[in-house]
Amino acid sequence: MQTTTVFLILTALCVVSFITGRKRSQIVAMQQGGLSTLHSLPNHYGYMAAVWAALPALLVLILWTGFEGSVLHKLVVAQLPPAVQALPAEELGLYYNQVQGFARGAIDSVQLDEAQVKAAAFYRETASTFSQVKAALVFIVAVLGALLALRRITPVLRARNHVEKIFEWVLFGCSFLAVLTTLGIVLSVLFEAIRFFNVIPLTDFLFGLQWSPQMAIRANQVAASGSFGFVPLLVGTLLISAVALLIAVPVGLMSAIYLSEYASRRFRAVTKPVLEILAGVPTVVYGFFAALTVAPFIRGLGESMGLDVASESAMAAGLVMGIMIIPFVMSLSDDIINAVPVSLREASLGMGATMNETIRRVVLPAALPGIVGGVLLAASRAIGETMIVVMAAGLSAKLTINPLEAVTTITVQIVTLLVGDQEFDNPKTLAAFALGLVLFFVTLLLNVVALYVVRKYREQYE
Amino acid sequence: MSATTAVNENTRSMMERNVSMDKTSALEMERQADMEAYKTIGSPLVKDAKMSARNVNVFYGDKQAILDVSLDIGRNEVLAMIGPSGCGKSTFLRTLNRMNDIIPICRVQGDITLDGEDIYKSNQDTVMLRARVGMVFQKPNPFPKSIYENVAYGPRIHGLAHSKAEMDEIVENSLRRASLFDEVKDQLDKPGTGLSGGQQQRLCIARAIAVSPEVILMDEPCSALDPIATARIEELIDDLKEKYTIAIVTHSMQQAARVSQRTAYFHLGKLIEVGSTKDIFTIPQHQLTENYITGRFG
Ligand SMILES: Nc1ncnc2c1ncn2[C@@H]1O[C@H](COP(=O)(O)OP(=O)(O)O)[C@@H](O)[C@H]1O
Ligand SMILES: [Mg+2]
Repeated sequence: MQTTTVFLILTALCVVSFITGRKRSQIVAMQQGGLSTLHSLPNHYGYMAAVWAALPALLVLILWTGFEGSVLHKLVVAQLPPAVQALPAEELGLYYNQVQGFARGAIDSVQLDEAQVKAAAFYRETASTFSQVKAALVFIVAVLGALLALRRITPVLRARNHVEKIFEWVLFGCSFLAVLTTLGIVLSVLFEAIRFFNVIPLTDFLFGLQWSPQMAIRANQVAASGSFGFVPLLVGTLLISAVALLIAVPVGLMSAIYLSEYASRRFRAVTKPVLEILAGVPTVVYGFFAALTVAPFIRGLGESMGLDVASESAMAAGLVMGIMIIPFVMSLSDDIINAVPVSLREASLGMGATMNETIRRVVLPAALPGIVGGVLLAASRAIGETMIVVMAAGLSAKLTINPLEAVTTITVQIVTLLVGDQEFDNPKTLAAFALGLVLFFVTLLLNVVALYVVRKYREQYE
Repeated sequence: MSATTAVNENTRSMMERNVSMDKTSALEMERQADMEAYKTIGSPLVKDAKMSARNVNVFYGDKQAILDVSLDIGRNEVLAMIGPSGCGKSTFLRTLNRMNDIIPICRVQGDITLDGEDIYKSNQDTVMLRARVGMVFQKPNPFPKSIYENVAYGPRIHGLAHSKAEMDEIVENSLRRASLFDEVKDQLDKPGTGLSGGQQQRLCIARAIAVSPEVILMDEPCSALDPIATARIEELIDDLKEKYTIAIVTHSMQQAARVSQRTAYFHLGKLIEVGSTKDIFTIPQHQLTENYITGRFG
């Protein structure tokens, strides 16, 4: 039986348990002298029965699904001729895969020997028994769970607390999962990075001025020995981010001021969502806009002024990235400016200050810490941005602070290191993890500072 | 039970009686009843008026908040405005220095003059007007700046001081007149938001008088303060009336009795009764006024 079917049946069982539980609690209560004798609402008893039907059965289902494959493997292998069983693990694996593939109808019998065909038949048979047993087991556990819960229903049973507790645990489980996966990612990046630093000294990585990660993959291959100095990447990243922020912060901030202080309610109601849609445009779209439209334009403009502009320049990437984060800066600043109490504006206007003076002397100073926090968040977005830079800023890791030249960034290098053939113990591949770790720390730092600043600002008006 | 709920219940029962009528026309009737001409009892006009309002109507969108109010504020007097909450005291007060301009849906009709000059005339500069008619708000709202900068704010934007020494003098004088100087003279560079509530409100008064206004509008300036801080502000108001004309909204009748010379009683956007404070509190003419000051409403 398919797992989906099992699921459907389980859901139906839950619904039935819910209805029965609710009904039963009402009946029990009536015998005791009315609904008011119930500790909890009838619905709570229903939920309780449903949860008891679902959770143990789900647990069984998950465990079964988890172990099914390896048990099946063991059983089938035990059936094989001893000569095959004696094969080295890798060959046995290949042999077994063919059996499995044939049993599922993925490959045809021509390539197989007789023993495999026989094993496949056995495989098929066992698998179908397994799935029937699974369905039956899940069904029995669900019914048992529901019956157990239904039997326990009495007016004094604290079903509400019970349900609340279970709900809390389910929520805890979900958040635990989220934290666990994040931790897993960070740790795996960390360990791979440590492997990298075993080959390339940490100091070479942090202070090296040269980035050319070409390394021989095979012993006899001709290639540079590779140098992994990360400074040019950091400078490139900061350069592009700086250009982006120089554009996004003034424009975003001013439009936020206009929206929150001057614009009519109608204008605001239309403009803000539209600008926020801009934030949802996939960055790859901005990327080809940068590469195909903006970069040539800047090059042409530069040439007409007698400047030497690379066809892929930090300027083009930064400019488009700036446009991309304008809505982000605007939306954040708008919220922060709106959080400045109206009473402060009234105080200033009531003294005879103009709108402009009020904004410059009262609203912006009061909102400044929050705005700084917003800008830092925007900066961490700019630093993490990849697509635009891949397309518009190029790959050459030049150590320069001239925005008219091509530079590259940390994220872009991660992409290029992992595109194409690679070996997972080659420093070239491992370098991606080291870069990822650095990127993680830089954005983490920015976010922590930003959150700290924003929080401090919040307290000011409470 | 507050006055507004009492009235709401009246209208509700009236509407229930007219169940056959649809809701809009019931509301329409109610509105017409509200708009009925009425006459303010007492003496809204004075001889030597500093500010005077004639036939003022104020609307928030379609909703009328002030109905045909005419009222004078005499030179160097303290005028108290009392009435149940929501009756339009703040709205009326804010028409006097055009603070209502910053509310987009608010519309003001009628004539309001300061020293005989129309303050709603088309070429009136609100910057100059608000420098002459200052305002103190219900909740103390010092800027998150130093005490010094709070007081210096007005003089700065109006360019009243030409040197640091002049500014120091203005700040000191204003703080003295708000009887705050002695308490804060050693901490002028500390944030104004760090003061106690009563000190903050006196700081706001100092800030308002730093630009030498002629009229000071106060909207329930003590409602967020404890009795001791309130007493200090009331003393201060008494001193200030030597130099300034003051209009104060208050929800405390004792306060109105203590600080004001004249009292105006508002009810649902109408100016019901106005007269010398002594008369209003001892021999109120209108039933509504009497109900309110004897506490049958509040
Ligand atoms: N900004 C505003 N927008 C719409 N209606 C308002 C606004 N301010 C006040 N009102 C309405 O005007 C009426 C008078 O309010 P207000 O002047 O604040 O009364 P008071 O100060 O006497 O308590 C109230 O019904 C209130 O709901
Ligand atoms: Mg008010």
